[in-house]
Amino acid sequence: MSVGGMSIAADDIEAAPAQRAAWTRYAKPVLGLIVPVVLAVGWELAVRFGLSNGRLVPPPSVIYATFMELARAGELQRHAAATVARVAAGFGLGVAAGTVLGAVTGYSSLTRRLLDPTLQALRAIPSIAWVPLFILWLGIFEASKVTLIAVGVFFPVYLGVMGAVVSVDRKIVEVGRAFRLSGAGMIRRILLPAVLPSYVVALRSGLGLGWMFVVAAEFMGASEGLGFLLVDGQQLGKPAQIVAAIVAFAVLGKLTDWLIVGLTAPLLRWEDRARHTEA
Amino acid sequence: MLQLEGVGKTYPNGAHALEGVSFAVEPGEIVAIVGGSGCGKSTMLRAIAGLDTPSRGRVVLDGATVTAPHEKIGIVFQEPRLLPWLSVADNIGFGLEHLPKAERVARIGEALRRVGLAEKARAWPRELSGGQAQRVAIARALVPRPEVLLLDEPFSALDAFTRADLQEHLLDLWADLRPTLILVTHDVEEAVVLADRIYVMKPRPGRLFEEIVTGLPRPRDRQSVRFETAKKQVLAALDRSLARNSRDKADEAPAGAGMWW
Repeated sequence: MSVGGMSIAADDIEAAPAQRAAWTRYAKPVLGLIVPVVLAVGWELAVRFGLSNGRLVPPPSVIYATFMELARAGELQRHAAATVARVAAGFGLGVAAGTVLGAVTGYSSLTRRLLDPTLQALRAIPSIAWVPLFILWLGIFEASKVTLIAVGVFFPVYLGVMGAVVSVDRKIVEVGRAFRLSGAGMIRRILLPAVLPSYVVALRSGLGLGWMFVVAAEFMGASEGLGFLLVDGQQLGKPAQIVAAIVAFAVLGKLTDWLIVGLTAPLLRWEDRARHTEA
Repeated sequence: MLQLEGVGKTYPNGAHALEGVSFAVEPGEIVAIVGGSGCGKSTMLRAIAGLDTPSRGRVVLDGATVTAPHEKIGIVFQEPRLLPWLSVADNIGFGLEHLPKAERVARIGEALRRVGLAEKARAWPRELSGGQAQRVAIARALVPRPEVLLLDEPFSALDAFTRADLQEHLLDLWADLRPTLILVTHDVEEAVVLADRIYVMKPRPGRLFEEIVTGLPRPRDRQSVRFETAKKQVLAALDRSLARNSRDKADEAPAGAGMWW
């Protein structure tokens, strides 16, 4: 993609194409770093020069030190592993249920009329409202936490899959019919590839909600997990630990999202998208 | 041989699209069906393809009634309808999955060469122009070597140059194996260029109105007097097919618009 007004000005210069390529490749992503880096350095300096004591809003150096200290003691890894395990279990269950129900309701209008109204009604309930009930039913340990995460993941995946299956192009399905595909062949060669792009989007938004709900789940009483680090940091007055846990969430969230995108990208190279380069 | 025996179609909503269509097409013959919007020509083609079941009558291919898509009948739609997730080569090979790989690769390679897209084998459909995409669609329908190839206004979305080019191309491909071609079109010149026989249809309910055998030698010269005469003949028949309905022209447009696709 060209850079709008930039291109006209740059075309006048002799070495313009090469320069522009370098600009797009290296300089453009760096633009996004300017604001956070200036804020971080500014805050660091403000604390160094005594303009603020930095107790409630710790400067980057203190956050980094806390982060490294937690990592060295193995605490960070232990808590992160507990959280990742919960998200993985909840995500797995939510995706499985969402995919199956979404596919079934999308494929047959009878099951859609039968199930969709109920599921839409359940979707209207803020998922956190289930917490007391889940604790009563499943206890305060892992089962209730994983269930809450699974519920959070379920709905975006369900909606995404159902919408994608319903909106598969009738004309493309007809090509499958003209070539006499069997039911299984139609699913494998037409429906699955057709819904894949929307499925990836659904998985990504499901995963985002999974990370959101794991925090809620760990707030409701946990002895380990990044959410526990947050609560612990609040109760013991350690803001640096809270920010360190938040940073860990950000890194893990971005990493897992990038994993989905990276793993599915080879399957979606055919997509006719306006922007092929930007993530 | 392909035969239609009193084929009629009434849609569940009551629209009476087709009535009593009977004709026979010899192997290797090229037949064009022309008519105004909503005269049921697409409905008829879909019945032959087995995509829609006729309400009355039957379609018979080599003595057997066609009730579902048939392996000896291929179809090219108005739009290319390529599968966007398959490369050009894989799109062409879409109907060949039952063949051994070597045979499949050979047929795809041959088809790519014949439609002049050998260098596009690994390209995605989105990278093709409209004319190229339609050539791939024709190749995809032809590689399983059907006895009958149906074409539903295949060039109507293309510009005039590309259209004339693809018409010649289609004849060229047809000459390889000489399948029966049934072409639905609203372009009179296209019908005269391609067809041995032209049926003019009449709307509401759609039925055959007139048969015109042009008898022009191939290759056909679009500038020749005989060509012009044949064109005028078809246009006149087309006029007559619509004229009888001119009394109730008021409700023609909405009905036609509703049944157009």
